[in-house]
Amino acid sequence: MTTIQHISTGRRVKDRMVQGLVYLAFALAVVPLVSVLWLVISNGLARFDMEFLTHSMRNIGARDAGGGAYHAIIGTLEQVLLASVISVPIGLLTAIYLVEYGNGGRLSRAISFFVDVMTGIPSVVAGLFVLAFWILFLGMPYSGFAGAMALSILMMPTVVRSAEEMLRLVPADLREASYALGVPKWRTIVKVVLPTALTGIITGVMLAVARVAGETAPLLLTVFFTDSINNDPFNGPQMGLPLFVFDQAARPNDTAIDRAWTGALTLILIVMLFNLVARLIAWWRSPARGR
Amino acid sequence: MATKVEVREGGPATGRPAPRRTSSEGLFRWLSTGSGIVLLGIMAAIAVFLVSEAVPALRANKSNFFTELTWDPNGGQVFGIAALAFGTVLSSAIALVIATPVAVGVALFISHYAPRRLAAPLGYLIDLLAAVPSVIYGLWGVAFLVPLLKTPSEWLNSTFGWFPLFAGEGAIGGKTMLAGGIVLAIMILPIIAAISREVFLQAPKMNEEAALALGATRWEMIRMAVLPFGRPGVISAAMLGLGRAMGETIAVALIFPATFGISFQILTPQGNSIAANIANGFGEAGDIGRGALIASGLVLFVITLLVNMAARMIINRRKEFMKAGT
Repeated sequence: MTTIQHISTGRRVKDRMVQGLVYLAFALAVVPLVSVLWLVISNGLARFDMEFLTHSMRNIGARDAGGGAYHAIIGTLEQVLLASVISVPIGLLTAIYLVEYGNGGRLSRAISFFVDVMTGIPSVVAGLFVLAFWILFLGMPYSGFAGAMALSILMMPTVVRSAEEMLRLVPADLREASYALGVPKWRTIVKVVLPTALTGIITGVMLAVARVAGETAPLLLTVFFTDSINNDPFNGPQMGLPLFVFDQAARPNDTAIDRAWTGALTLILIVMLFNLVARLIAWWRSPARGR
Repeated sequence: MATKVEVREGGPATGRPAPRRTSSEGLFRWLSTGSGIVLLGIMAAIAVFLVSEAVPALRANKSNFFTELTWDPNGGQVFGIAALAFGTVLSSAIALVIATPVAVGVALFISHYAPRRLAAPLGYLIDLLAAVPSVIYGLWGVAFLVPLLKTPSEWLNSTFGWFPLFAGEGAIGGKTMLAGGIVLAIMILPIIAAISREVFLQAPKMNEEAALALGATRWEMIRMAVLPFGRPGVISAAMLGLGRAMGETIAVALIFPATFGISFQILTPQGNSIAANIANGFGEAGDIGRGALIASGLVLFVITLLVNMAARMIINRRKEFMKAGT
C-alpha cells in the first residue's frame, strides 16, 4: 500500500508561477505582432486603392492627397530580382563547394565561419560598402542595381545556409549510385543532387528574398530617392517600397502619413506573399519525401 | 591537389574506370570553390573600401574622432563617434535586457510547455515577428508606442526619479531611448527565441525523464536538466541579438530625435545611434560628410563583427563539445 507522496505546496506554487511566467512571455511576444499588423491594416486600408497601386508621386505637392507607390513597387521588384540573380548562383555554388568539395578543409571551415559572421553584417554597412566601392570609388551613379548589390550581400549568407542544409539532406546512396554508373562528379551534382534538393533550395531563396525585400537602409544609401517612375534599374535613382514608407513617414502632414501606412501594408503583403509561397513549396514537397 | 583527389575517387572500392577528369569537371569544381572565395573576398572588400573612403574625411577632421560629441562634418569639419557609440550601446543594452528574458520564456514555451501539436505553428508565429520589415516597426513605434509610453514614463519618473536611468526634469516621454530600446527588443526577440528554442530542444531527453522520474516538477526538471545545458546557447543567441540591435537602422532612425550628447536618462526625449545617424545624415551630406558617415559605419562594422565572431565561436565550440559527447 504505497501511495505517491504529494508534492509540497511550495514546490507546486513555484512550478505554477513559472508556468504562468512562461505563458506570459509568449503573450508578451505576440502582442506587438498583433498590434503592428492591426495598425498597418486599419491605417493602410484607407488609401489602398487603384490610384495608389498604379500611380507614382510625380507632380504630387507636399500637402496633396493622392499619388501612389507604383514607382516604388516596380523598383522593389526589380531590385529584389537583380539581387537574387547576383546572390543565388554565388550562394548555391558556395553551398555546393561546402557540401561536395570542401571536405572540412581549412578553406571550407573559413568560408563556413565567415558565412555565419556575414549573416550578422548590419544592413546599413552593406549599403555603405556599395556606396564606398561602387558610387564613390568607381564613380558610378545611384541606381537600382547598386541597391541590388547591397541587398545581394545580405541575401548570400541566407542562401548559402539554406542550400547547404538541403544538399546535406540528399542521401549519399543517390550520389554513390550515380558514381557507380560512371557519371562524373559534376554531372552527378547537376543532374542528381540539385534536382533532389531543388524545392528546398527554392524555399530558402524565397525566404531570403522576403527578408531583403523589406530592407530600407541599404537602399537609402545606394538607390537614393525619386518621385517618378524609373523602369531602368541600371540608370538613375530609383525608389523602393521600404524607402517610400520611410520617406513618407518622415513628412509632417497627414496625407503623407496615410501613404506611408498604405505603403507599409503593400510591403507587408509582398513580404508575406514571398513567405507564403516559400512555405507552400516546402509543404507541397514534404509528402513526397515521405515525412 | 588534383592527384590527391584522383586517388580518392578512382580507388578500387568504387570499381570505377580511370576517373574521367574532363575539363568540365575541373571548371565546375573551380566555379564552386571560386564562389566561396568570392564570399571571403566580399568580407575583405567591405573592410578595405570602408577604410579607404573614410580616411580622407578623418584627415580633414579638426577634432578627435573618438572623443568628440558633435557631428558637424559638412560645415565645421568637426565630428566624433563618442555620443553615437554611446547611444548605440545604451539602446542595444536596453533592448537586450528586455528581450532576453522574454525570448527565453518564449523558447521554453515552444519547447517544453506548449501542446505538441501547437508548438510548430506557434513557433512560426514568433518567426513572423522577424518577417516584419524594420521600417514598419519604426512607423509603429512613432505612431503607437511613443504615445503609449507617455503615462508609464511619467509615473516611472515621479516614483523612481532618484534612479539615474529614470531621472530627468521637464519633458518626460516622447521619442526616448526607452521607446527605441523597446522597438529594438521586439526586433531581436525572434532570433534569440529561435536559437534558444533549438538548444532547449537538444537537451538530453534522458536527463529530463530521469528528473521527472525522481519526482521533480516541470520547473525543477527544466532548472536541472534543460537550463544548464542550454546556457551557452542562450548566451550566444543574446550576443547575436546584440549584434542585430546595434546594426538596426531605420526603425531607430524614425524614433530617435537625433540629439548629440551622453546622458543616461532614458525617459527624456533624446537619443541617437551610429546607424540612425547614417540614415538621417546621409541626405544632406557632402563629400566629407559622406566620408565621416562611412567612418562611423566602419566603427559599427568592427563592433558587430567582433560581437558576431565571439557569438559564433561559442556556438561552434558547443557543437564540437556535443559531437565529442555523443
